[in-house]
Amino acid sequence: MAKDIWAFIEARDGKPRKISLEAIGKAKELAGARGVKLGAVVIGADAGAAAAEVAKYGPDVVYAAEDAKLKDYSTEPYARVLGDLVKEHSPAVVVFGVSILAKDLAARLAARLGASLAGDVVGLEGDGELVATRPVYAGKAQTKVGFKGEPVFLTIRPNVFPAATPDGKTAEVVKVSPKFEDKDFRVQVKETIIPKKERVDVLEADIIVSGGRGMKAPENYAIIEKLADQLGAAVGASRAAVDAGWRPYSDQVGQTGKVVGPNLYVACGISGAIQHLVGMSSSKVIVAINKDPDAPIFKVCDYGIVGDLFEVVPAVTEEVRKRKG
Amino acid sequence: MKVAVLVKHVPDTETRIQVKPGDKKINEEGVTYIISPFDEFAMEEALLLRERLGDVQITAVALGPQKATEALRTCLALGADDAILVSDPAFEGADAYVTAKALAAALKGGNYDLILAGKQAVDDDAAYVGTAVAEFLDLPVINLVTKLEVNKAAGTAVAARDLDGYSQVIEVKLPAVFTAQKGLNNPRLPALMGIMKAKKKEIRTLNAQALGLAPNELGAEGAKVEVKEMFVPSKARKNKVLTGAPAETAPELVKLLAEEAKVL
Ligand SMILES: Cc1cc2nc3c(=O)[nH]c(=O)nc-3n(C[C@H](O)[C@H](O)[C@H](O)COP(=O)(O)OP(=O)(O)OC[C@H]3O[C@@H](n4cnc5c(N)ncnc54)[C@H](O)[C@@H]3O)c2cc1C
Ligand SMILES: Nc1ncnc2c1ncn2[C@@H]1O[C@H](COP(=O)(O)O)[C@@H](O)[C@H]1O
Repeated sequence: MAKDIWAFIEARDGKPRKISLEAIGKAKELAGARGVKLGAVVIGADAGAAAAEVAKYGPDVVYAAEDAKLKDYSTEPYARVLGDLVKEHSPAVVVFGVSILAKDLAARLAARLGASLAGDVVGLEGDGELVATRPVYAGKAQTKVGFKGEPVFLTIRPNVFPAATPDGKTAEVVKVSPKFEDKDFRVQVKETIIPKKERVDVLEADIIVSGGRGMKAPENYAIIEKLADQLGAAVGASRAAVDAGWRPYSDQVGQTGKVVGPNLYVACGISGAIQHLVGMSSSKVIVAINKDPDAPIFKVCDYGIVGDLFEVVPAVTEEVRKRKG
Repeated sequence: MKVAVLVKHVPDTETRIQVKPGDKKINEEGVTYIISPFDEFAMEEALLLRERLGDVQITAVALGPQKATEALRTCLALGADDAILVSDPAFEGADAYVTAKALAAALKGGNYDLILAGKQAVDDDAAYVGTAVAEFLDLPVINLVTKLEVNKAAGTAVAARDLDGYSQVIEVKLPAVFTAQKGLNNPRLPALMGIMKAKKKEIRTLNAQALGLAPNELGAEGAKVEVKEMFVPSKARKNKVLTGAPAETAPELVKLLAEEAKVL
């Protein structure tokens, strides 16, 4: 019997994350092409709620592993639960949406099961042999990889594949009781620190407005934030801005920061150093605002404005406000 | 205490990556190599541990061709006590899985209290090897640490690590594997004295046989993924750069974004 295709679902506040809906979307496509069943797995202390929600997005079955011990994410208990499910049902492919959690979990379990793992997948051919496209050298090159043996674990980049939408049906939710071993708890989470943050993270955002050294001072980010507010965007930064202490490291885009791929990336006062470009070059549309007409960023942008960002950014903000009414 | 640091020798991040048509790897001509940046954080943390705790023996470990000894030599110059190069022509075609298998075999029996790696190597960007080494050695792993404190007497470590939009403070009983993230520390450069001393230190080389690995566990045969093609993606950008007064360029840009690019 042909083996199922699965999506791993990460839930937050009882709801599947957007990247997980993208994982279902991709898994659904694969399952459809192969004529096999689509499964979804939700793991956590409140997995039940998210599973009920996920059930509407097209899977044939949702496995919900709920246990108070799964409240804080820890690699090994999660790997135990997902690993036991994979061993029991032998899916051919498990699709994860890229996140720190998913990459951590997929890596541990792939090593444990001898699964074939491809991370940060940006393209997938699946009707015949499975072939995944993934960036290497920080996106300066890409590889197409094939797999030896099953299961295959794929982590897919956010904002690359379309998210699944509710299909009017509701799948069966199967409750799973996790069985742990003592060694799954060698690591103990002592504390969880959630920074106060009103704004969406650069990894989740459809639009990012970034500021670099050209911002000159931390308080000047107010003009970036105003534009971001108009666009519903996240705020990013170059390493120069982060190293200067103007912005938190979590905002850094680039080789040693985050690799993002939004629909729109607006770079303000950023020169376009290669280590920055590799972090944002897969954005669908790139806009550059810089006073130096020779700045390298203009060579890789779709649209650019040569000018003083302290004049240009507020003018753009005002235009967006007018257009949005 | 014994600390092992995994370092990979990778193309400099400034390198222009080129691939000859039909090749499955990059054109290495004229490429300069460095220690993968996240591994520098791992190495620095080992040095800091020694400064804080005193008696810490540091072993740098790299898998790669002979020239990867350069990375190990740098670690020795920074203050590593010894170094191991895992090298064998049979590793050609190895993926992250095989690499982790071999590194785990090289570390096994070494009684390391901590194994430090980078969160990801900046060539394959797999973010896999540190975790897989932990699995193969049946050790816990804490990925993406931004803070690490070791309590020698208790045999434990407390680490802070980033997750998606939040962070955790975690306690673990040693031995354990940790992967380093930016923010952990500020890597130092080797001092002249260190460079002189490093020349006298020995680098042990272990081949596949010495590691007790079977031929089918090596290289392309043992690999779980097979590179079928490598290419440099071409991304044609529109490159419409507007000059002039903001009163003109700003509305023009917003119009283009809304009507041409359709992203607003
Ligand atoms: C191993 C390594 C890893 C790295 N990782 C990263 C990374 O993850 N992310 C990253 O960003 N960088 C990274 N870097 C650093 C990178 O090389 C650059 O130094 C950095 O990106 C520069 O930031 P910037 O563009 O903000 O500053 P600059 O290069 O100084 O550019 C500032 C720009 O602002 C423009 N400007 C100034 N004033 C104005 C104004 N009033 N109006 C309009 N424009 C103005 C200038 O013309 C200039 O182009 C890394 C470097 C190394 C070696
Ligand atoms: N060939 C190698 N030699 C030594 N360490 C390695 C090697 N490959 C990977 N590592 C370690 O594992 C980390 C993650 O690598 P990767 O999984 O390839 O992204 C790196 O930062 C290194 O610390």
